[in-house]
Parts: sequence; structure tokens; C-alpha cells
Amino acid sequence: MSDLMHDVETVLHDVEELEHAASSEFERRRVPEKALKGPTAFWGMYAGEHTAGTEFMIGPLFVKWGADAFGLIVGLFLGNLLAVLTWRYLTATIACSERLTLYYKLEKIAGGWLVKLYNLANGLLFCFLAGSMITVSATAVGPFFPAGTIEMPTFQSTMPTGPAWIISCVVIGVAMTTVALKGYGVVAQVGHFAAPWMFLIFVSCALITLGRLHTADVWALLTPAEGTPRTISFLGIVFFGWFCNAAMHLGMADLSVLRFAKRPSAGWASASGMFLGHYVAWICAALLLIYWVRERGVDPQVGKDPGTMVNDAVGWAGLICVIIAGWTTANPTIYRAGLAFQAMIPGITRSAATMLAGGLCIAAGIFPAFAMNLLDFVGIYGTILAPVGAIIVVDHFFADAVGIPRDPAARTGSVFNMSVLVSWLVPVAAGMWLYKTQGVFASYLPLPCAVACGLIYIVLSKMAARDALPVRAS
Amino acid sequence: MKTPAMIIGLLALAGTLLPSAIFMVQSIQAGAGAAPSMSNDMVKTIMLASTVAWFAAAPFWMKVE
Repeated sequence: MSDLMHDVETVLHDVEELEHAASSEFERRRVPEKALKGPTAFWGMYAGEHTAGTEFMIGPLFVKWGADAFGLIVGLFLGNLLAVLTWRYLTATIACSERLTLYYKLEKIAGGWLVKLYNLANGLLFCFLAGSMITVSATAVGPFFPAGTIEMPTFQSTMPTGPAWIISCVVIGVAMTTVALKGYGVVAQVGHFAAPWMFLIFVSCALITLGRLHTADVWALLTPAEGTPRTISFLGIVFFGWFCNAAMHLGMADLSVLRFAKRPSAGWASASGMFLGHYVAWICAALLLIYWVRERGVDPQVGKDPGTMVNDAVGWAGLICVIIAGWTTANPTIYRAGLAFQAMIPGITRSAATMLAGGLCIAAGIFPAFAMNLLDFVGIYGTILAPVGAIIVVDHFFADAVGIPRDPAARTGSVFNMSVLVSWLVPVAAGMWLYKTQGVFASYLPLPCAVACGLIYIVLSKMAARDALPVRAS
Repeated sequence: MKTPAMIIGLLALAGTLLPSAIFMVQSIQAGAGAAPSMSNDMVKTIMLASTVAWFAAAPFWMKVE
């Protein structure tokens, strides 16, 4: 027993040290050998980071989209497995070889100004993501008041449901921003306290639902009723599972964390986040809505807010979980968005930048449209940010083979690599056009956009190198 | 202080999961129409108490030195 407790304590301590180091150390140089960490810290970090308030939205949204049992059980398994493989064989491999943050590696390829542009895109997308988390957390406020005091949003809500809803979002958003102002340490610590307990609340919700439906046949429960409109295919579920964190793995944002790993095998640690936080938590959250559809006659196209469903299943512990699950993930998101804005706006303090980010998040949270379209939003998020990772992949694995310079901006002292900008924006613009006008599911887009970005970057870099030769010769 | 806090923490985690597992098993065995001896309200109460215990105990052994 004491060995077990010692092991648990060691892992948690390692996780906190790792997150502190990732956020504050060796930002502009390789991580030295003595600062490297073993694999246990990464397993704990990924498990905590990927059990968020938004999981309470994603599971029910699958039910709304008519996902079937095979898609949810096999498709999500495959998608999450592919995500883990991407983390292991792309992100962790590059991270352990380069040992630099995404931002510094990108600066060496694209120049400082382009990193600022990336930061702005990242910061704005972070704000919308944190806004969704505020929306989810605010649904947990309603059950604390008499029925009808706060009108809860449904899947079809796009606008605020009333003054009480707006006040709930503002109060929660201000609390989140205030904590984010205190810095990364406080935020990370609350997340660590909550992580193991939060996961068990998700599982408890599912167990209560199975008990109420008097069956343990999860496959039968996940099978939609005859006539349910099917908006998402098996392949769509696989791609959603694979690319809902595309910015982190294919987009290389996790270079900042995995550069501390002793070996690339630390990339396997992402499995804890994908299979506990995503696979299990999404299916548990989906079961909550299935109970309301089967026993309470709720239309799956209208849905039910997470706060009401969780309160009904496990009571106040569940409501605290909905608030904290949104809070612990929104806090670092607001903090990171603040840092991104601080890098963009000369002279602004970190506090002012965090308050600006918090204000944008609250504004986004008041409008349920973002949370209710989360399946699309995370796909768009990946489509915009993943291509940047493809440029790093090309620079790391293929630059020598195809005859283009590695770290071109660092070699020439350029602050703005036009090849990178064009390679990034052209596929993203094409992808967004396909999404808006052709109705292509957003999660299908990160992979082709990233591949196209890498290929265009190779072509443009070769052209730039060819143009530079005569100049050098002259 | 750390060891008792850790024991309380682990018990709190058990209190978060086990009542709902017992509810599920009893409900399925009892079948539709029959009430399990561990009621849903009892599960909610135990889970809330476990939640309070978890957040009271966790800072004593999860805090960075």
C-alpha cells in the first residue's frame, strides 16, 4: 500500500514539474540532458489534459449526429489509436531529436514575424475553445436554482438564452480569467487535484445510466433508433478521433512538452489521454443523452444540456465536475491565449493580455453556437493549425533528401519566410472553401491540408533556393 | 500528514466510483420495476461526500514542495 502511494505521489510530482518546465524553461535553446524526464510524467499529464468539460458535449453530439455502435466503439478506437501513433512517430520523434519548442523551431524555419501570425491564429482559436468550455460549465449553474430560473441552451441554440444565462457565463468566465491571471502554476495544480476524480465521475455517470436502463449491453444502447438521421459516417468518426487534437500532434504544438522526454517512446503516453479522456469519457457522456432520449423522450436533435443530465445521474458531485472539467481546461487555454496576444501586441502586460483573452472567451461562451458546433469547430481548429506542423515535418525528415535548406530563416536571418506563409494559407483557404461551400466534414480537412502544405513548401523552397543561386554566384 | 491524506484520497476515489457500480449491478439484477437497495439518491450523497473528501485531502499530498 505504501509503495503504491509513493508511486502515485512520484508520478503526480513529475507531472507538475514537467508542466512547469514546459511553460517556462529552455524557450530558446535545446533542453539539456539533465532536464529530461522519464515516461511516467507524460502518462499523467496526457490523462489530465484530455479529460475536459467539452467531453460532456462531444459524446452527446455524436448521438445527435446519429453515430452507431460500431462507429463509436470501433471507429473511435481506431481514430484515437491513429492519434497516438501520430504523437509517437511524428511529434515525439521530432521533439526528442530537435528538443525545441514549436515556436522556436518555427521561428528558425519561418522567421519571427510569421511566428507572431501563428500566435495570433492560435490565440483566437484558443479563445473560442475556452468559450465552449465556459458554455459547458455554465450549464451546471442552472440546477442550483429553481427550475426555469436559467433557460438552458440546446443543440439548436446559437444565441444567448436570456439575461440569467449571460450572467452565469460572465461569472464563470471572470472566475476563470482571475485564476488564469495568477499564472500557470495555480492552474496546473487545480487540474492535478481534479484529474483522477473527474475521470471517475464520467465513468460513474455511465454506470448509473446503465443501471437505470437495466442493461449492461452498451452496444445495443449505442445503436440509434430506426429513422435517426445519420450525419456522421464510420470514417467521419475515425477522422474526428484522429484529428480533434490535430494542432497538438500533427500541428506539433506538443513539441513544447515532449522535448523533455528522454526517448520518443514517451509519445505512447498520449494513449492515456486518448483512451481514458476521449474514448471512455465520450462514450460515457453519449450514454447520458441516450438515457434521456429513451426514457424521457428528448429529441436527440434538440439534446439536453450537460449540467441537467449530470445532475440527474450523479447529483452535485457531477455538477462540480462539469464546472471544474470546463474550468481546469479553460484556464490554461485562457492563459496561453493571453501569452499569444502579449507576443502580438507591443508593450501590453501579461495581465492585460490575459484579461483581453478572458473577455473574448466570455463573449464566445455566452453564445452557445460554438459549443453546440464543437464537432465542426475542432476540425476547423486542426485544419488551420496542423499545416504548420507539416512544414516542420518536411524540414526535419525531408529537407536534405529533396535538396532544400533546413531552418532557412535562421540561416538567412529572415523574419518573414514567404514560402511558409503561402504554403500555410493556400491549403487552409482551399480547405475552408470546401467546408463552407461543399459541406465537407471539417475533420476530413487537417490531413489533406497538412500534406498539401508540406508539398507546396517543398516546391516553393526549391524555387527560392534556385532563384538565390544566381545572386550568390554574382 | 501526507500518509493519512493519501489514504483519505484513495478512499474518496473509491467512494466516487463504487456506489454507482453497486447501483448498476443491483438495478440490472433487480430488473425493471424493482428498486435496488442502493438508491440513486444514496449514490449521489456518497459521491458528494467523496468529492468533498477528495478535494480536502488532495492538496496535502499532491502539492509541489
